[in-house]
Amino acid sequence: MPPIFTILIIYLLNENHLPKVPSNPNCLTATLRDILMSIEARERRQPWILLSPALTAITLLLFVPLLFIVVYSFWLRTATGADQSGFFLDNWREALSDPFYRDILLFTLKIAAITTLVCAVMGYPAAYFIARSRGNKAVLLLLLMLPFWISYIIRTMSWINILGVSGALNTFLIWTGVISEPIQMLYNQTTVILGLVHFLLPFMILNVFVSLDGIDVTLEDAATSLGATRWEAFVQVTLPLSLPGLAAGGLLCFVLAAGTYITPLVLGGPTDAMFANLVYEAIITQLNWPLGSALSLMLLAVLGLLVMIYNRYLGMAQLMKGLG
Amino acid sequence: MTKIDNTTRYERLRERYMNGDIDRRSFLGLIGAAGAAYGLVTPYRALAQDVTQVRFDGWGGVVSEAFRKHAFDPYTAKTGIEVVDGTFGGGDEYLSRVKASQPGEYNIAHLSGVFDYARYAGLGLTSELNEANIPNLEYVIKKLVDVYRPITDGKISCVPYDYGTTGIAYNRKFISDEEMQEKGAKVLIDEAYKGKIAGWGDWRTRIWFGALQTGQDPNNASDMDAVWEAIRAHRDLSLKYWTSGAELMSLLAEEEIYVTEGWSGRIYALQEQGHDIGYMDPPNGYGWQECLFVLKGSPMEACEELLNFMLAPETSIAVAEGQNYPPALDPQKVELGAKIPTLPAFDPTGTLEGLTFADPTYWNGHEAEWSKTFGRVQKGY
Repeated sequence: MPPIFTILIIYLLNENHLPKVPSNPNCLTATLRDILMSIEARERRQPWILLSPALTAITLLLFVPLLFIVVYSFWLRTATGADQSGFFLDNWREALSDPFYRDILLFTLKIAAITTLVCAVMGYPAAYFIARSRGNKAVLLLLLMLPFWISYIIRTMSWINILGVSGALNTFLIWTGVISEPIQMLYNQTTVILGLVHFLLPFMILNVFVSLDGIDVTLEDAATSLGATRWEAFVQVTLPLSLPGLAAGGLLCFVLAAGTYITPLVLGGPTDAMFANLVYEAIITQLNWPLGSALSLMLLAVLGLLVMIYNRYLGMAQLMKGLG
Repeated sequence: MTKIDNTTRYERLRERYMNGDIDRRSFLGLIGAAGAAYGLVTPYRALAQDVTQVRFDGWGGVVSEAFRKHAFDPYTAKTGIEVVDGTFGGGDEYLSRVKASQPGEYNIAHLSGVFDYARYAGLGLTSELNEANIPNLEYVIKKLVDVYRPITDGKISCVPYDYGTTGIAYNRKFISDEEMQEKGAKVLIDEAYKGKIAGWGDWRTRIWFGALQTGQDPNNASDMDAVWEAIRAHRDLSLKYWTSGAELMSLLAEEEIYVTEGWSGRIYALQEQGHDIGYMDPPNGYGWQECLFVLKGSPMEACEELLNFMLAPETSIAVAEGQNYPPALDPQKVELGAKIPTLPAFDPTGTLEGLTFADPTYWNGHEAEWSKTFGRVQKGY
C-alpha cells in the first residue's frame, strides 16, 4: 500500500482530525481533495524537517565559516600582523599569478595522483580477497578498520621508528648482514607517499570492497562456463563492474592526499612541502590570514572541480556507499 | 576582613529571613539582585578578580613538566587557583591562536624573545602589570626587565623568566670539538655532512645563522642576498627542518643527523641522558630570553600572584633545573645552587654581556618580508 494512503487512513481514523462530513456530496469531494493536498504538503516538508538539524549544523559549521574565509581573502595583512578589512584583490592576484603557488599546487596534485595510483594497485587485490573470502569477512573488515583506532599523527610518526637510521628496518638489515651501515630512508618524497598510502589505503579498500561485494559471483562462473579463463572472466566481467568503486576510492584518496599537511611535515624533507603546508605557513607563521584564506579557497576550488567532474560522469551514489 | 563565598553569603541571608530579621520581599529582592549581578558579570568573568583558574601556555616537553611539578601544583595547593596548562610548537602558532581568541581566553604564555613582546604590543595584546604585586621581581636581572619597558611606555606586560642560546649541537662521534672550533657556524653548510645536517625551520634562526655564515652582524646584515644563498646552501645539505624541541632531540639522539642548531637547554637534557652531544655558541651566537607574558583581558591579580609565586627563588631555581635554562634571577642577589652554574649560557656576573640578543626593532621591521621569503627558500626557491 502506498504510504500516502496509509497516512490518509490513519489521519481519517483519528477523531481529532476527522473532518465534519458535509451534507452536500460536492463539498465532500472538495474536502477530501483538501485533505490529500494537506498530506502531500506535509510529506514534502517532512524530509526537510528531518534534515534540519544536519542542515543547521552544516550551515553553521561549514558554510558560515567558509563565508568568513571568502570575506577574509579580500582583506590585507598590515605590517604588525593585524588585518585590514576592505575589498582588496591583492591576495587573489598573488595566489593566481605567482608561479611559486602554481608549482607547489602541481607538485601536490602529482603526489596525490601517485598516492592514489599506489592505493589502487595495492588496495584492489586486498579488497578482492576480502570480498571473495568465506566466513571470515567480518574479521578481515575489522582488521581493516583497526588502524583508524590509532591517531593519524601517531601512525605517521611510527614510520620514524621503522625507517629511521636506528629504526627497525635498518637494525634488521644490519643484523642479517645485508648492509653494514644504516641507509637513510626517511625525509624524502618517497616516505611522504608511503605515509599517505598508509593513511589512505583503507579508504580505497573499503570502496572497492563495497563494489565487489555487490557483484554476483556466479557471473564469473558463467563467463568461465562459456569458455573464458579465470583471468579473462575477471578482466572482462568483474573489473568493469567494480570500476565505480575503484573510482570512488580514487577520488577519496586523491582529495584527502591533496589536502594533507601533517605527512609532509613529519616525513618530508626540506623541499617536500605540499599546498596545505603553504596555507598553514601563511596563517600560522606569517600571520597572514587573508593570503592563507585565498590559498585555501584556491585548493578548495581545484579539489571541488575534481569532485564535480566525478559527479558529472559517475555520480556520488557509489561514494556514499563506500563511506557508509 | 575575612572574605566569604557566595554560598555562605546566601545561607546567612536565608537564616536572617527564617529568623524573621528581614521580610520576604527584601529576601527575594536581594536574591534577585545577586542573580542579576551574576548575569551581568559572567560575560566578563575573565576580568573579575575572583577567579578559579588561570590558563598558561608553554613549550611542552620537559619545560612543561618542570612548570607543572615545581610551580603550578604548589601554587594551586597554596591559593586554590587551578592552572590549566597548554602547549604550543612555536611563538607564531601561539600568536595565531591568540589572535583568533576572545580576550581572557588565554592568560599567561611562556614567550621567547623581545621581538615577540613587541609583536604582541603591536597587535594591542599587552596588559599592564602592577609591579607592586610582584615583589619577587626585585631578584630578576635588571637588564632583562628594562629591555621591555621602552616598548610599552615604561610599563611591563611580562616578567623575564629564563634565558638561553641557540647554538650548534653536534654528535662528537662524528665531529670533534676541534673541528667545531675551527668551522663554527659554517659547519652547517659543510658539504662533508650532506644529509646529516638539520636546522630549525624558523626564519629568524635561519637568517641569524645565515648572517654568521657570511661573516655579518646578525642584527644588521648588509648583504641579504648572501644570507639567502647561505640559507639555500644549508637547505640543500639538510635532511630536515625540525619543528619542535622533541624532534630536535630525537634527530640527534637517533643519529639521523650529526649537526644542527639547537636550544641550549634541550641539548643539555640530551647530555644528561648520556648522549655524547657537544654544544657550542659561535661568536655572536643567538642569545634569547624568555618571559611570562600576561595577555590583555586576563585576571590581573591572579596572574600577578602566579608570576610572583613563579619568580620566588626556590620555584624559579627548581623550574630552571628541570628545564635546563638559567633563570632570570640575578646571581649577584640569589644563590642559585649547584646545577645552574653548569648550564649552557649561564652568566655568573648577571650582566649578560657575553650574549647577543636579537634587536626587536630590526627583526620586527623585516618580519613580514623575511618570513615570506624564507617560506619560499625553504621549499627550494
